[in-house]
Amino acid sequence: MPRSMAAPVWELGMEPVVYQVTGRHQELVDTVTLQMTPVDGPAMSFLPGQFTMMGLPGIGEIPVSISGSPNDGGPLTQTIRAVGKVSAAIAGLGVGDRLLMRGPFGEPWPVEEAVGRHLLIIAGGLGLAPVRPIVYWALANRGRLAGVELLYGARGPDYIPYGAQLLGWLASDRMTGSLIVDRHSDEWAGPVGPVTELIGRHATVDPAKTVAMVCGPEIMMRFVIQALEARGFADSDIWVSMERNMKCALGWCGHCQLGPVFVCRDGPVFRVDHVRNLMTQSEL
Amino acid sequence: MVDDSLWIEADAGLRQLLAVLQGRGYETVGLTEQDGCITLGPIASADDLPRGRIMDTGGGHVRCRDGESDRFFDKTLPMQGLKRFVYPAHEAVAQFDDDLTITTPEVEMRPTAVFGVRACDVAAIDIFDVVFRKPPYTDARFAARRDGLLIVAVDCAVPLETCFCASMGTGPHATTGFDLALTELSDGGEHGFLVRAGSAAGRGILAELDGEAVRDDQVAAKRAQADAAAAAMTRSMPANVASVVRQSHDSPHWSEVASRCLTCANCTMVCPTCFCSTVEDRNALDGTAWRERRWDSCFSIEFSYIHGGGVRESAPARYRQWMTHKLGHWHDQFGMSGCVGCGRCIAWCPVGIDITAEAHVLAADLERAVPTMGDN
Ligand SMILES: Cc1cc2nc3c(=O)[nH]c(=O)nc-3n(C[C@H](O)[C@H](O)[C@H](O)COP(=O)(O)OP(=O)(O)OC[C@H]3O[C@@H](n4cnc5c(N)ncnc54)[C@H](O)[C@@H]3O)c2cc1C
Ligand code: SF4
Ligand code: SF4
Ligand code: FES
Repeated sequence: MPRSMAAPVWELGMEPVVYQVTGRHQELVDTVTLQMTPVDGPAMSFLPGQFTMMGLPGIGEIPVSISGSPNDGGPLTQTIRAVGKVSAAIAGLGVGDRLLMRGPFGEPWPVEEAVGRHLLIIAGGLGLAPVRPIVYWALANRGRLAGVELLYGARGPDYIPYGAQLLGWLASDRMTGSLIVDRHSDEWAGPVGPVTELIGRHATVDPAKTVAMVCGPEIMMRFVIQALEARGFADSDIWVSMERNMKCALGWCGHCQLGPVFVCRDGPVFRVDHVRNLMTQSEL
Repeated sequence: MVDDSLWIEADAGLRQLLAVLQGRGYETVGLTEQDGCITLGPIASADDLPRGRIMDTGGGHVRCRDGESDRFFDKTLPMQGLKRFVYPAHEAVAQFDDDLTITTPEVEMRPTAVFGVRACDVAAIDIFDVVFRKPPYTDARFAARRDGLLIVAVDCAVPLETCFCASMGTGPHATTGFDLALTELSDGGEHGFLVRAGSAAGRGILAELDGEAVRDDQVAAKRAQADAAAAAMTRSMPANVASVVRQSHDSPHWSEVASRCLTCANCTMVCPTCFCSTVEDRNALDGTAWRERRWDSCFSIEFSYIHGGGVRESAPARYRQWMTHKLGHWHDQFGMSGCVGCGRCIAWCPVGIDITAEAHVLAADLERAVPTMGDN
């Protein structure tokens, strides 16, 4: 049974719904977090790891992960980095502006796999956005988990989204974790290097009792998988979220194909043993 | 296999069949000749069919000419299959006015009877039924058009040079997926059609036709004709092609094909099963905007674009994607092959690249490398 069958299956197609921006936070110099509610009715409910197609009329539509809490039924929260035409236009929206939304789409993180075990979350760059709902879920379900640990790698101290919240989480006794940055700088006293460094040095978990969920650039995920396996993780205990060009999110446009899978509907979250050779074959 | 239930005369029978379809409110579409090419278009009566015309095809080659007989359906395959009837090359899927009111354009589909659909194209529509209705999503636009289509199939007696449906198990005779199917016979001085129905709609139409009971010698002649059609095909796909392409990711042969391939995407446009599309937003000067879905091709670099580049930048990777998807990964995705053996991609390729020939090269290369290759 696909994991998302646990969530309501919506009548989803190409027709978007109009949402309105109700909150906007400038996360980083090029990145904003928007809170949005539909013009009519309640915001969509979703599972951690799912994404939507966000759009503006006449400009275009792009896949963006949901980065807010899956617990509270509040406004939809998404974090957008302005990298091109559509993302820049969406990142430029202000409170009261309207946009187009389809979703939620995709197979979620299998958070229930972590019940009774340690949950190790590893993210790089904006890969923190798609795993943030896991943290919300884990903190709400803390009693059912043996432990929660977050390892996060950013380009530099100025590139850490959700900064205050993140530090608050890491300082609390409900979870553990570490941050690392790629480059030295004066205002950074923490470790420097790739996020894989943290797996060797900081991760405190027993691989046999842990499930790992990893999100970041594909190259980073490949190195993280290697490092986890070197620590004794089975590939069936490691999950990743993949990124491909997407034009429909419904399995119809063909753009997101990665060999035999459609990333939009079979993923974006995959168990590593299911996609291992898809991640290593060139230009697949 | 559905049994034949009626024998109708060539001229009078076809005329009556079209009249019955029109009487039931169907637009009638069939083979027509346009600009020297056989295609599917509106036909008013059986007299509009390009009777006696045949096509010669080969790699990068299509010619239409008079054949030796006055039969209707020998050696002709329309340039495109049913794809554009169920899935237009471009259409608006949502419209936005100034204040962001969204309208979904209605699907305008008059019930349409397509007359003379080949077994390969029937199989291709069955494939679309799986692709666009795979749970949990249904493409409502496709479904509305598909459900408005009545398929009158015709068995192939004389295949084109580029056909290889027999090796794909989709032809030359239509076995499922049609409403009505015809077999053209012209033995012993008689010329007409055996008619069989494959759906309730087809049975209703068949009940309105005047004809005669089917004779045993006609059934035998039909079988012989089908066997001869299958035997006449000179092209075939290796039986283990699905495992061959899946194992050939690192084959040097992709570079060899790519040295000929223009990445022009013709093959994907004429293929009756290629379903890829892109979605583009467009603007009119009056401030309205609309979202358009249009056919797209894995042969373009932009197709796989993510931050800063295409996943498949090189031409070998793009040709490999097309062929491996069709013949290999389609099985993983939809439980069937994505190729029905119509041969259009061979005929309409400007440089005559032949998917069957490339598959045989890959198969032979693998066999040399792994003499005891398993069929996994
Ligand atoms: C499942 C998924 C989740 C994502 N989550 C987020 C997120 O939470 N926050 C965020 O900022 N970005 C996210 N992205 C990436 C985001 O979709 C791209 O940054 C965006 O498509 C770029 O579009 P553009 O028009 O601004 O850029 P351009 O560079 O102009 O891109 C042109 C077109 O290429 C395609 N494209 C380009 N880059 C990507 C990409 N990385 N992934 C998919 N398609 C791409 C899009 O169709 C885009 O319209 C996610 C992508 C996927 C597949
Ligand atoms: S791949 Fe070629 S032969 Fe196969 S269905 Fe498509 S056009 Fe026809
Ligand atoms: S195989 Fe032929 S038709 Fe297809 S993209 Fe290459 S040159 Fe064009
Ligand atoms: S995004 Fe269209 S098929 Fe996956």
